[in-house]
Amino acid sequence: MDAPETLRYSKDHEWLRIEDGEGAVGITAYAAEELGDVVFVELPDVGRVLEKDETFGVIESVKTASDLFAPAAGEVLAVNERLTDEPELVNAEPYEGGWMIRLRLADAAAAAAAELMDAAAYRESIED
Amino acid sequence: MGHEQATDRQRTTGQPEPGSARRTALYAAHAELGARFTEFGGWQMPVRYGSIIDEHRAVRSAAGLFDLSHMGELHVTGPGAADGLGFALVTEPGRLAIGRAGYSLLCAPDGGVIDDLIVYRLDEEAFLVVPNAANRPIVADELRTRLAGYEAELDDRTLQTSLVAIQGPRAAAILEERTALDLSDLRRYAAAPAMVADVDALVARTGYTGEDGFELFVAWDDGPELWRALLEAGSRAGLVPCGLGARDTLRLEAGMPLYGHELDRQTTPIEAGLGWAVRDHECVGCQALAESEPRKRLVGLVLRARGIARQGYPIRRDGERAAIGVVTSGSQSPTLGQAIAMGYIPPEDAAAGTMLEVVVRGAAVPAEVVPLPFYRRPGR
Repeated sequence: MDAPETLRYSKDHEWLRIEDGEGAVGITAYAAEELGDVVFVELPDVGRVLEKDETFGVIESVKTASDLFAPAAGEVLAVNERLTDEPELVNAEPYEGGWMIRLRLADAAAAAAAELMDAAAYRESIED
Repeated sequence: MGHEQATDRQRTTGQPEPGSARRTALYAAHAELGARFTEFGGWQMPVRYGSIIDEHRAVRSAAGLFDLSHMGELHVTGPGAADGLGFALVTEPGRLAIGRAGYSLLCAPDGGVIDDLIVYRLDEEAFLVVPNAANRPIVADELRTRLAGYEAELDDRTLQTSLVAIQGPRAAAILEERTALDLSDLRRYAAAPAMVADVDALVARTGYTGEDGFELFVAWDDGPELWRALLEAGSRAGLVPCGLGARDTLRLEAGMPLYGHELDRQTTPIEAGLGWAVRDHECVGCQALAESEPRKRLVGLVLRARGIARQGYPIRRDGERAAIGVVTSGSQSPTLGQAIAMGYIPPEDAAAGTMLEVVVRGAAVPAEVVPLPFYRRPGR
C-alpha cells in the first residue's frame, strides 16, 4: 500500500511531513481506503495548540465517523480549506491535496524520533 | 483515527468473519469483486465494492445490481391464505389481483410495527411474503400463530431462494436482453414468472431505490448464474454491483423507511407516515390504530449548515435546550449534495419549512423540515 518514504506515520494512520520545523498532517491511503468515500472533515481553528495524540478533528465517511489524532504536538498554523467543499480529496490525494492541518511543531526532532514509524514500519503494521 | 460507528446496525469488516452469519449463494462472487462485508440481519452481506457514492450514482444514472438473498421468502398457501393474511397484516392481500404486489406491515395488537414487508399474490391461493432479514424469525412465527384459525400453510423458503435486484433507468433495457418477458407489459408492483438468463424466475417490478427496477426471485443455486448473466448483459450499459451502503443512501433519498430506524415496536405506521397502507378491516392492530393518537411524526430534514445528521442525534427547537425528537437515519445525499435526514418530532412541529436544530457532536446545526421524498425519479 502506498506510503511515501519521506513521511512519518502514527499508529492511528495519520502521516506527518516535516519541513523547517513545520509539520503537515493527513491520513494515509490505507486509512482513506478503509473509510470509503469521505463526505465531511471537521478541522480545528488556526491558533489552536495541540498535544501529541490529542483529537484535532473528525472525519466522516458515508457510513462512519472517526476522530483525528495529532501525531505530534504543535500550534495549528493552517487548515486545508479545500476539504470543506471537496472532502473527497482525502480519498483522491491522501498525501497531497488531502492534507488537513499544518503545525508549528513544538519539537521537530522529537516529533521525528518518538513513536512515529517510518514508511517500512508502517507498511508492515498494516499488513497484519 | 479512532472508529466510532455512525450507525449501530452495521459494522464494516475488512475480512469476512466465519461462523455465525450466513452467506448467500453469491458470496464468492462478491468476494471476487473485492467487496467489503458486514453482518446484517444474520447474513454476511456486501457493504460496498469500491465507492458507495459511485454505486449510488450508477443506480440513479444507469443501473445497479444488488444481492438481496438475505430477505425472507415466506410462501403462504391454501383456501384461507387470503383471509388469514388479511387478519395478520394491516392490508388486505385478498384484494390483490393475481400477479400484483402490495406494501404491508405486521403490527402488534397495540399497533406497534413488528416488520414492514411486501406481499405478492402468485395465485388465487398462493402468496409470497417478503420480510426483512432480521425479522424473518419473528414474522414467520407471528404469521403461523395468526394463520392458525385459517386453512392456510406457511412455508419458509428463504434458504431455497436467491434474490437479485436490478435498479435504475437502464434496468429494463438490460433485463430485456436476458428474458422473453415483455417488460412493457409489467407495471410497477406487478410480478410474473419468466425465464431470465435460462433460469426460472419470478420477475417483480418492485424496489427500494426510488428508481425503476426489478427484483428477481430464483432458486438458491441459480443465483450465481443469474448474477453473472446480468452483470455481463449490463456491462456496456454501465451496470455496477451495489452493496448495502448504496442501498441505504438510495432509499434515504427516496424517503423510504428502514426497520430499526424509522420503524420499530414503539412506532405505529401512522406515525411513520404509512397510514395510507392501513386498510379499514379486522386485523391484529387495526382497532388500536383506528383509535390511536399519533405521538410523533416522521419528517424529512435538510441541514442548512455544515454537518451530517446520523441516527440517534437529538432534534431541538431553534434556541431551546431540550430535545423534542431524534434522527432515525441521515447521511450526505450524493444526488442532492446536501446532508439529509429523517426523524421523529412532535406533530405540532412538523410543518414543512419549520426550522429546527440537529445536535451534531455537541453543536447545533440548523435543519429545515421538508416534505418526503427528497428525491423523485424524473417524470414521476
